[in-house]
Amino acid sequence: MAEDIASETFLAAMETWPFKGVPENPTAWLYTVAKNKAKNLLTRDKLFHHKIKPMIGSSAVAGEDTEIDLSAKNIADSQLQMLFTICHPSIPVEAQIGLSLRILCGFGIDEIANAFLTNKETINKRLSRAKEKLRSEKVAIELPPGHEISKRLDAVMTTLYLLFNEGYYSESSDTVLRNDLCLEAMRLTYMLTENQQTNQPAVNALFALMCFHASRFEARKNEHGEMILYHDQDETRWNRELIAKGVYHFHLAASGNSLSKYHLEAGIAYWHTIREDSAEKWESILQLFNQLLMVSYSPVAALNRTYALSKVKGKKAAIAEAEKLDLSNDHYYFTLLGELYADLDKEKAKENFLKALALATTLPDKQLIQAKYLEINKK
Amino acid sequence: MNEYILIFRHEDGQKLASPEQLQAWMKQTMDWIGGIAAQNKFSSGTGLPFDEARVVGYKGVVTNGPFGDIKETIGGYIIVKADSIEEAVEFAKGSPVLQGDGNSVEVRKIARNDGLH
Repeated sequence: MAEDIASETFLAAMETWPFKGVPENPTAWLYTVAKNKAKNLLTRDKLFHHKIKPMIGSSAVAGEDTEIDLSAKNIADSQLQMLFTICHPSIPVEAQIGLSLRILCGFGIDEIANAFLTNKETINKRLSRAKEKLRSEKVAIELPPGHEISKRLDAVMTTLYLLFNEGYYSESSDTVLRNDLCLEAMRLTYMLTENQQTNQPAVNALFALMCFHASRFEARKNEHGEMILYHDQDETRWNRELIAKGVYHFHLAASGNSLSKYHLEAGIAYWHTIREDSAEKWESILQLFNQLLMVSYSPVAALNRTYALSKVKGKKAAIAEAEKLDLSNDHYYFTLLGELYADLDKEKAKENFLKALALATTLPDKQLIQAKYLEINKK
Repeated sequence: MNEYILIFRHEDGQKLASPEQLQAWMKQTMDWIGGIAAQNKFSSGTGLPFDEARVVGYKGVVTNGPFGDIKETIGGYIIVKADSIEEAVEFAKGSPVLQGDGNSVEVRKIARNDGLH
């Protein structure tokens, strides 16, 4: 209470002095104002206790009840409820990510705009529209009832997965911000593992997946902030502690019968924490990608599967399968073809790298493709 | 785009394979289906284990397995997306089932719920 009075007093000074001038004795002025404020407050308090409270009667909230419960458990519970509210299917998923960042992670609008490579107005509009929608849909801030929780949990996991990916793969140049996005996604996912109702195998798989990826944070950037590709990374800079944490949660994920896409992706990410190439490694990765694509198709998974196939069955077999993929407006597709052709047909490799270059939009991507092209040209 | 079912027919479902053979066959099947899924053309599918199989016949007579009278058995199916029957047939040609002499893959269009079928 004393702190409130002090800050209110300084506020009064800030509001008065610039216009009326600094009083002769500023200290005395502050004391007087603070004393008056305290008196007023006490009078009001007395009035409340003696006159108003008895009138409100038993329905009134007693003094101790109005105190905010700041215990760790209550904070976690409230955040969890808010997480489920924000990840409500009635609002678009990019608004869910934005609201999570704003409300649960305390990010500023400009940071969110930076992460999404857009401007503040767009983000402001997106968030206020989403809040309006949650209000009009009367979405309650609570954990959904038991029978609904697993369905709603899917939406929450999707948002956290995308939030993590936003940080991990975003084209934003702000490295610190990007790492923060990933860490926040991990913090919220970890929170889900700490609640009995939401500590489900798929959640543990998702957390394991994040740990495995995050273990390469330090290794994937050089001192200029440029991307270092997996094969060129310094393995000693991989975070062993995070890998161990991932393995622990991956084991927890193995309970139960469900096999989510997070299990499959975590399995693939796990194999990538083992640097050494082996037949077993690539055979396992190929099988995991086969299953992943059956559950949930994505162009990235299709391309990565083709790469794994080249490791298991050779480049020719992989080229034959790659040419069936209908991804001819994707620069990664042509980069992959260029790499597969590199030792087989120099001209074809160059041709594909040039197509990739024409389609690439970001500078790092272009530089990477150019380097590959030049390397082929030297051969 | 249409959907087609690819039904795996085995000439003799009773022939027992060794665990190693089964595992190798499983991998080949998954690589084949993975190749279709990588083109975003896989819809669904499953294997159909032979154990505990029953055939319900005329007047509700139940017999064990699809074995005995019926020599040919169905080992599983997948449903794929394809623009034409020819494309679906191309997918079928890759099935490891066809490595077994006498086996076949039947390709059938799925009737769509559009009132025309």
